[in-house]
Amino acid sequence: MTALALRNLSVTLRGRDVLRDVSLSVAQGEVVGLIGPNGAGKTTLMRAALGLIPFAGESDLAACPPSERARRAAWLPQAREIAWPMTVERLVTLGRLPHLGPGQSVGPEDRAAVDRALDRLGLDPFRDRAATRLSGGEQARALIARALAQETPLLLADEPIAGLDPAHQIGAMQTFAALAGEGRAVVVSLHDLGLAVRHCTRLVLLGGGRVVADGPPGEVLTPARLAEVFRIRAFHADSEYGPVWQALDVLEEA
Amino acid sequence: MSRLALALGALVAALFLASLVVGPAEAGAGQSLRALVLGDGTPLTLVMREIRLPRALLAVTVGVALGVSGAAMQGYLRNPLAEPGLLGVSGSAALGAVVAIHTGLAAAQPLGLPLAALLGAGIGVGLLAALAGTRGGSLTLILAGIALSALAGALTSLALNLSPNPFAANEIVFWMMGSLADRSMTHVWLAAPLVAVGGAVLVTLGRGLDALTLGEDAAAAMGYGMGRLQVALVVGTALAVGAATAVAGAIGFVGLVVPHLLRRLVGAQPSRLLWASALGGAAMVLAADIAVRVVLPERDLKLGVLTAIVGAPLFLHLVYRTRRDLG
Repeated sequence: MTALALRNLSVTLRGRDVLRDVSLSVAQGEVVGLIGPNGAGKTTLMRAALGLIPFAGESDLAACPPSERARRAAWLPQAREIAWPMTVERLVTLGRLPHLGPGQSVGPEDRAAVDRALDRLGLDPFRDRAATRLSGGEQARALIARALAQETPLLLADEPIAGLDPAHQIGAMQTFAALAGEGRAVVVSLHDLGLAVRHCTRLVLLGGGRVVADGPPGEVLTPARLAEVFRIRAFHADSEYGPVWQALDVLEEA
Repeated sequence: MSRLALALGALVAALFLASLVVGPAEAGAGQSLRALVLGDGTPLTLVMREIRLPRALLAVTVGVALGVSGAAMQGYLRNPLAEPGLLGVSGSAALGAVVAIHTGLAAAQPLGLPLAALLGAGIGVGLLAALAGTRGGSLTLILAGIALSALAGALTSLALNLSPNPFAANEIVFWMMGSLADRSMTHVWLAAPLVAVGGAVLVTLGRGLDALTLGEDAAAAMGYGMGRLQVALVVGTALAVGAATAVAGAIGFVGLVVPHLLRRLVGAQPSRLLWASALGGAAMVLAADIAVRVVLPERDLKLGVLTAIVGAPLFLHLVYRTRRDLG
């Protein structure tokens, strides 16, 4: 079953073509890594897919009424905003808002979802701490937990692991893989290609507003594409520890 | 949650009763309340029903309006320094009232002043909507509100400048200080329904404001678009604050301080802060209106002056505490 289907999606912001004719289909069970250099259109693609910005083309998600869309897809923006000093538990519970009927208050089912999300991110000890007083990385984890608590078939996350320590970066990627294992789908944008190679089932490489490549990590990150899109050279090997990818150096302008 | 509601409700009820029994007419509390309920035809019944009851009811009405709209403004702008006056609605309502005094309409028609104030608020909101649009964007809304406040303030000064005689100027200045003295049940009937509707609109914002804690993008993805939130905020605040200003004049600091005081007690959740601030606002205005009668019974101390005198240092203390918490 498809979790997201985009057809010929184009976005023009202030007269500039940010995305042109992007078609993408994400199935349940996939962890799709959205990669590309700064300004390639990763964030724009996800926001357009959700219908948060005007676009041309088709997105099955944006076509849903907003309340239904919120039960189909959770969105974790890159900007980590926590406006008020509420507890981590309360913050994560905000993810249950789309599941509450008018006048309905948080029930046992919602609490169970919040507990699961806190548990996955190892946030149980922080449950009663004010979210605004946590460190940047801890706040990022609390916000990931908020998106998980929404328990949607699809999760769209914009650079969720930036600023996390290595253990929690790996932990978050493993959590996404676990969600996929449970039959959900995750689209995650990230710059750490080493983690992308190891934890994503599929990579979508964006460059200049187009999909340059789409497929298994090993097939997407060819030396030629790395040179063309990222202007880097990298080491890539399959080892006894799984695939290992490491950027080596920047290529000179041709 | 319910404990806080009970405590605030009890506080409002107690202050409401206190407001009914405090006044220049020498009468015991029990005697006053009996006269109010039974209506024994004595002058005391008249005092209770025509003077003190409307005054207490208006204090609740005005307090609810200022408290709930202050909480909504702070939640929408995600800024603890926001207050309902930012939108310029109270400024334009005051301008309407000042024009009514200036032109003599207020003296000729008993309801001329509040109706003119409501008209002023309506025109103000119209301008605000035209300036800020309905497509969301809190920065545009604030800037439009500031421009509107400045315009209303300038025109109010013009009215003072051109006032036909010192008495009119005097009346304008005193009205603008805000008061609940000498109001009638007619004022209650005028303001209470509008505040009720406005408050109901603002309370529907609750979940949207909760979602907005995570930022505009996350809230929009959860189904709470900024456009709809902004329309509800502007309409609700205009109805509630416009009506409150029309009957009581400008009463500052309530909408700013009350949400700030109660934020901790509701776990900083904007939706719970809405109703808590409605009750807290009612309690604060009731208390302040009792205080103006007790502190200087002979001098007609204005309610708005008192709330500012008490509110400003309180607010400074809160700023100090916030700074310490951040540091």
